[in-house]
Amino acid sequence: MIEAQGLTKRYGKTLAVDDLTFSVTPGRVTGFLGPNGAGKSTTMRMILGLDNPTSGQVRIGGKRYSELHHPLRTVGALLDAKWVHPNRSARAHLTWMARSNKLPLRRVDEVLDLVGLSSVAGKRAGGFSLGMSQRLGIAGALLGDPEVLLFDEPVNGLDPEGILWIRKFMHRLADEGRTVFVSSHLLSEMALTASELVVIGKGKLISQSSTEEFVARATDSTVKVRSPQLEALREALERASAQVEPAEDGLVVSGMDSAKIGEIAMQQGAVLHELSPQRGSLEQAFMQITGDSVEYHADLEAEARDVLAPTAP
Amino acid sequence: MTLLAVERIKLLTTRSPWWCALVALVVTAGFTALVVGNADEEFPATVASTQFGYSFGLAVIMVLAALAVTTEYRFGTIRTTFQAVPNRAAALLAKTTVIAVLSLIIGEITAFVCWGISLLLQPGADLALNSTADWINVAGVGVVYAVASVIAVAVGILVRHSAGAISLLLIYNLAVESLIQLIPSIGDDIYKWLPFNVANKFLTGAGESNAGRMAEAGAPLSSSPLSPGWALAYFAAFAAVLLTIAITTAKRRDA
Repeated sequence: MIEAQGLTKRYGKTLAVDDLTFSVTPGRVTGFLGPNGAGKSTTMRMILGLDNPTSGQVRIGGKRYSELHHPLRTVGALLDAKWVHPNRSARAHLTWMARSNKLPLRRVDEVLDLVGLSSVAGKRAGGFSLGMSQRLGIAGALLGDPEVLLFDEPVNGLDPEGILWIRKFMHRLADEGRTVFVSSHLLSEMALTASELVVIGKGKLISQSSTEEFVARATDSTVKVRSPQLEALREALERASAQVEPAEDGLVVSGMDSAKIGEIAMQQGAVLHELSPQRGSLEQAFMQITGDSVEYHADLEAEARDVLAPTAP
Repeated sequence: MTLLAVERIKLLTTRSPWWCALVALVVTAGFTALVVGNADEEFPATVASTQFGYSFGLAVIMVLAALAVTTEYRFGTIRTTFQAVPNRAAALLAKTTVIAVLSLIIGEITAFVCWGISLLLQPGADLALNSTADWINVAGVGVVYAVASVIAVAVGILVRHSAGAISLLLIYNLAVESLIQLIPSIGDDIYKWLPFNVANKFLTGAGESNAGRMAEAGAPLSSSPLSPGWALAYFAAFAAVLLTIAITTAKRRDA
C-alpha cells in the first residue's frame, strides 16, 4: 500500500510534481501513466526517499521510507536498469544488496534463477544487454521478497519477447497479493498491464480509476452501423434523438447503445450489415483527458516543422 | 558491522582499487629505488630518504578514494545504496571507514616495501628503525594515506564527478600548496597551516629520521610549527571537518 498526500517537488522555478494525492493498493498492477517529463520518475524517487519532497508526504504501509527497517524487505524497486557498476558481476551486485538488509545469501541465487540470469551471474554487468540489465534490476527488486514493488518504465527499449516476459511477471507479482506500481508513457502497454491507473500530466494528478473506467469516461461510446437502407434508418435514429454522423460506408451513432439501435432497425425493417460498438482506445482517452497538460507538445511540433522545412523540395 | 561488510564487498568487487593499490606501490617503490640507489658518500641513504617518494603514492591513494565515491554517483549505485540503507550518514561513514582502512594497509605495505628495497640496495647504510622519529617516518605513511583518503572521499561526496573531484584533489595536493608559498610576505605564514604540509611535519618532524641533516640532503622539511603529534591531530581534524560537511550535504541533497 502506497499513499501519497499532497506530494510536491519544486526544482527552482519548475514544479515537477504538483500536489499529488493518490493511493496504490495491493493485489493488482497499478499503472502510473503520463507523458515524458510529467514527473513520474521524480514521484518514484520521492516514494523511495531518494528525493525530498518540497511539501507533502508519501507513506508505504503507513511508514515513511526512511522509517522502514531493512527497507529492501518491504519495498523493491527498479528505477533504472543501468544503476549497476559495469565492472561488478551480477552476483556481486546482488550480494552487497542482500548483505545490507541481512538477507540470506541463497536469496541471491534464488532471484538470479527467477529472472534467468544464473548462467551469467559471474559476468560483469557492464556487458549485459538492456534486457539482461532489466532482469538484473528486477532480481534486485525481488531480493527482499518485498510486499511493494516499483518499476519505472520497465519495458523501455525491450524487444517484444522481453516486454511479454515483464508483463507476465507483473501480473504474477500482483496475483501473489503484492502492491505493484509501474510507470510508463506507453498507453498501449499500460492497457495490457495495469488494471488500475494513476494518470498525471505536468506533475498534476489527472485521474485515478480502473483502466476500463478511464477509457469509458474519456471516450464517447459510439456504434458503427452499416445498412442498405441507410437513409431511412438515419431518420429513425435521429427521431429517437441519437447523434448520427456519416462514416465512410455507414453511420457512427453516439448517445445510444447497440441494442436500442437494433430494435429501431427492426421496426424500420432495415437490414443491418454491421452493428458494432466502437471501444475507445487508451490513446484517445489519454489525449482527450490530458489535453493541454502534455508539456512541450506544441514546441515539439514547431521544432519538427523547423527541422523538416529546409529539406522539403 | 553489516554496513562495513557491504562497503567492503562494493569496494573490492571492482577493479580500480586493485589497480590503484598496485600503481601506488610501484610508483613509490620505483622512486625510492632511484633515490636510495643513487645515494653516495656525501649523501648516504637515511630512513627519511627511503620515504621521499610517499607523496606519489599519496596522490594515487586520493584518486582511489575519490573514485570509490564518484563512481557510485556516476553509475547510480549510490541511489541503490541509499535505497538499501536510508540512513545516509551511516552508509557514507561505513564507506569512508573501509576506504581509510584499505588506504592504511596500502600505505603500510608501500612504506615497508620502500624501506626493504632500500635495505637491499644500500646494505651498508644505517637504515635501522631505532628511534620514534624513524618509526613515525616509515609506519606513519599508512596513517597519512588513511587520513588523505578521508579528505578525498569528502571531496568526492561533495563534487560527485570523477574528473572534477580528482583534478581538484591533485591540483591542490601537487600545486596549490607549494604555490601559496610564493605569495609575498603572507605566503609562508599561510603555508605553515596547509594540511599536506602539516602532514609532512608529522612524518619528518625536525629531520631526526634524516640523520639530523637538513633539507640540502633530501626533500625539504615541513615549515609547520606543530609537533609531529599535533600535526597529525591537525591533519585528521581537517579531514573530519571536511567529511562532516560532505555528509551533512549528502543528507540534505537529492540523491
